[in-house]
Amino acid sequence: MNSRSAQCLLLAAVLVAGCQRSEAPQSAPTNGASSSNGGATIQIQGAGATFPNPIYSKWFDEYRKAHPNVLINYQAIGSGGGIKQLSAQTVFFGASDGPMTDDQLKAAGRPILHFPTVLGGVVPIYDIPGVTQQINFSGDVLANIYLGKITKWNDPAIAKINAGVNFPATDIAVVHRSDGSGTTYIFADYLSKVSPEFKQKVGVNTALSWPAGVGAKGSDGVAGLVKQTPGAIGYVELIYALQNKIPYGAVQNKAGDFVVATLDSVTAAANAAAATMPDDFRVSITNSDAKGAYPLASFTWLLLDQNPSDKARGRIMSDFVLWAITDGQKLVPELGYAPLPASVVEKEKEALKKIQL
Amino acid sequence: MTSNARRRKIISRIAETCCALAVLIALVPLVMIFFYVIKEGFGSLNLAFFTNTPKPVGEVGGGMANAIVGTLILIGLAALFAVPVGVICGVHLSEYPDSRFSAIVRFAADVLNGVPSIVVGIFAYGLVVLPVKRFSAIAGGVALGFLMLPIVVRSTEELLRLVPSGLREGALALGATRSRAVFTVIIPAALPGILTGILVALARVAGETAPLLFTSFNNQFWSTNIAQPIASLTVQVFTYAISPYDDWHRQAWAGAFLLVMIILTLSIVARLAVRRLERMNRP
Amino acid sequence: MSNARPSADDRKFRIGTGIFAAVVLLIVIGIGVELTRQSLLSIQKFGMSFWKGTTWDPVAGEFGALPFIWGTLYSGLLALLLSTPIALGIAIYVSELSPRLLRQPLTYLTELLAAIPSIVYGLWGVFVLVPIVRKIELWTPDVLRKTPLFKGPPLGVGMLAAALILAVMVIPFSSSVAREILKNVPAAQREAAYALGATRWEAIKVAMGYGKTGIIGAVMLGFGRALGETMAVTMVIGNSPQVSASLFAPQYTMAAVIANEFTEAADELYLHALIEIGLLLFVITIIVNIVSRLLIWSMKKRVVRRVPVAPVAEAQPA
Repeated sequence: MNSRSAQCLLLAAVLVAGCQRSEAPQSAPTNGASSSNGGATIQIQGAGATFPNPIYSKWFDEYRKAHPNVLINYQAIGSGGGIKQLSAQTVFFGASDGPMTDDQLKAAGRPILHFPTVLGGVVPIYDIPGVTQQINFSGDVLANIYLGKITKWNDPAIAKINAGVNFPATDIAVVHRSDGSGTTYIFADYLSKVSPEFKQKVGVNTALSWPAGVGAKGSDGVAGLVKQTPGAIGYVELIYALQNKIPYGAVQNKAGDFVVATLDSVTAAANAAAATMPDDFRVSITNSDAKGAYPLASFTWLLLDQNPSDKARGRIMSDFVLWAITDGQKLVPELGYAPLPASVVEKEKEALKKIQL
Repeated sequence: MTSNARRRKIISRIAETCCALAVLIALVPLVMIFFYVIKEGFGSLNLAFFTNTPKPVGEVGGGMANAIVGTLILIGLAALFAVPVGVICGVHLSEYPDSRFSAIVRFAADVLNGVPSIVVGIFAYGLVVLPVKRFSAIAGGVALGFLMLPIVVRSTEELLRLVPSGLREGALALGATRSRAVFTVIIPAALPGILTGILVALARVAGETAPLLFTSFNNQFWSTNIAQPIASLTVQVFTYAISPYDDWHRQAWAGAFLLVMIILTLSIVARLAVRRLERMNRP
Repeated sequence: MSNARPSADDRKFRIGTGIFAAVVLLIVIGIGVELTRQSLLSIQKFGMSFWKGTTWDPVAGEFGALPFIWGTLYSGLLALLLSTPIALGIAIYVSELSPRLLRQPLTYLTELLAAIPSIVYGLWGVFVLVPIVRKIELWTPDVLRKTPLFKGPPLGVGMLAAALILAVMVIPFSSSVAREILKNVPAAQREAAYALGATRWEAIKVAMGYGKTGIIGAVMLGFGRALGETMAVTMVIGNSPQVSASLFAPQYTMAAVIANEFTEAADELYLHALIEIGLLLFVITIIVNIVSRLLIWSMKKRVVRRVPVAPVAEAQPA
């Protein structure tokens, strides 16, 4: 019968499509040990932070133009996800906005190296009825807002650091991230440094128990919610604020300056930390006390095995990181990130030699 | 007409109006959502969307060709796992409907139907991804297959039961063994309905995101290798939707629109098949 | 149809097909086992207090699932209350009241609702539904605002938005099953009612009474679907773990917290706590299934003629 054969054909077509194997000369499909000759395409799996996703996707694309047989598949599932999948060895490299803790390194069971790639800044965004100018936030004020202690925009503590701004008596609608995120980590890191109460009550992690506010999914979720809720405050990476054209505030650093997030102010924070950079690059540069340094700045790291089981892939990633921290830095500013300070790059070149290939 | 009769008639009219109102109320969000998806997505569909793979932000001409193929491959794999198991399970349940075992299996299928897709995804992660330390299209197909299974089982069982008993008795009277009777007579008679059930199940899993996040992962590049991570429309739409870039947002909506069209097509084909079946089985 | 003496072929057939049926059973058991195994750390550490605890603090390592259980059940119940009348209304209209020509198109349209993937619902929810709910919250008169049901700032995201979106998603499921059931009620039932002088609505009530068990099943099906919904809910519910009766308050569901935090959870206890929530969800699904079956079974006992649970076409007298 016609209808029956037609439906059988449809089902068959779907099944056949599913059975297809790739015709392209792919290397043996494992992530772990596999050797591959230089000619065949080689795919490398990576996972991690969402924050550097735009620049990483650009880098992997550029790198592929120079090395057409290298396909680096990076998925932005989140900093914690990157760490977790790297530890479970389901991906070859990871990426994180927050350095791995000692516990996480121990859980991975093998030495993992951190390589800073770019710098970024987290900004406080807001939507205050009647306020169009850029306002100042001190660490204290931000911490107390997120602790739920400051609840209205016309609170004297906010007015004190914003002379001449007319705040309405609107309730502050606090927005934070519902999903785990390196952005949260950076924000919480700063708040814990400036507010002992925040440190004790909430702490620092990619996912937190927030005393106040609603959780939105993803930085885009936070930006979207803040944009459409009068009286809202949130935190996102600088690029989200710029792309969504949401007003963001200046934040006070340890030196007392109210600094706006720009490429220069973020780099200034990195420069200040470059002098005392630890060998494993696991450093926090929030709440910098350097003049003009943005206090909510942070490195973001690529995580590589010190002793990769797959030497071919290890060689490629090592070469990629070298390219990324040198030539790749040219592509960084146009996407809203700050390039690495030269001294850090030099130190990383040395560290790359540690990888046993 | 007594006043009681009049009152009852009025109540009846009111009730009927309420039902019609219910239909209208349900249509409101439907129209809103469709308008929204079409408005945002249709304009972003272009040739590049169908033929190109994703490009980094800032570069025009990125597409979701790999995600489209990936979704088709994933539901194909899911069908490969779920159809044989589900259909034969349905056969067993319809042949031995009163046994204790069948009752337990039926209950299990209902439970499986209710398990949230994210839990199934976690299960598939532990089963297929962790042991080989690799994300793969196979893992995604397994997760989706688990989600399809209860629908295929139940619809196969129901449809086999609907086959007129005369057909089975006739086959058995002619000396066929049970397996012969079932596989050569009864299943072919119910085939359109069974295929319908499969299509409905495919439509359900084509729109799943959560279980794919930890199984098939996602892939920026063109890949049809089922032992590697593979792109899918749902995950790609999700990734683009939570990004800050307008171009990616537009692509996300185009992807969402395409997804809705694919699912719609599967559902409509299934519905047409049901009509054919009903027309064929009418005495 | 059973033979007096099952032949060898019959036995092979039974065992052969039985193996496939057993696979389905094994999958479900496997899920239960895996979930339990991967949440042992959390079960051992928190025991029963996991169900009663209200703190979810990944930093301090303190996990309590009560806010999520509350959010899941509350949103599911609200979705049920909102969707059932509409789903039944649609089912009745399409199967009893609508003009013949409209029947197919209306059926297609309600099924369109089911074709929309969860993530699309979520996106629409954030950009369209949440602002509307915000406006509704702003318009609520102050006297209602004082009651516990409507307390809280008008954020838009919250339990009300989640319940609304869940209700919309659940309608096509409950409605299509209810429609099938009403279609299978024998004409004799309705005709008898009319013969006794019933109005149209009263005849419908008789038909619904006949198909009561199946309709309950349809409703429970919708409830189960609402409990497990992930993507759409997490985008509109506010993701804030608190136990609150207020429709305006942001809350959190079990499926949403797993989706949000699973990929990020990098330490063992955190991961196990999340999976224990998955286990809880699994258990609740089983309980809902058992309850709906008991309901159906108890109603079956009261009906004189055996009413089939699933919609099976009754053999019409030629």
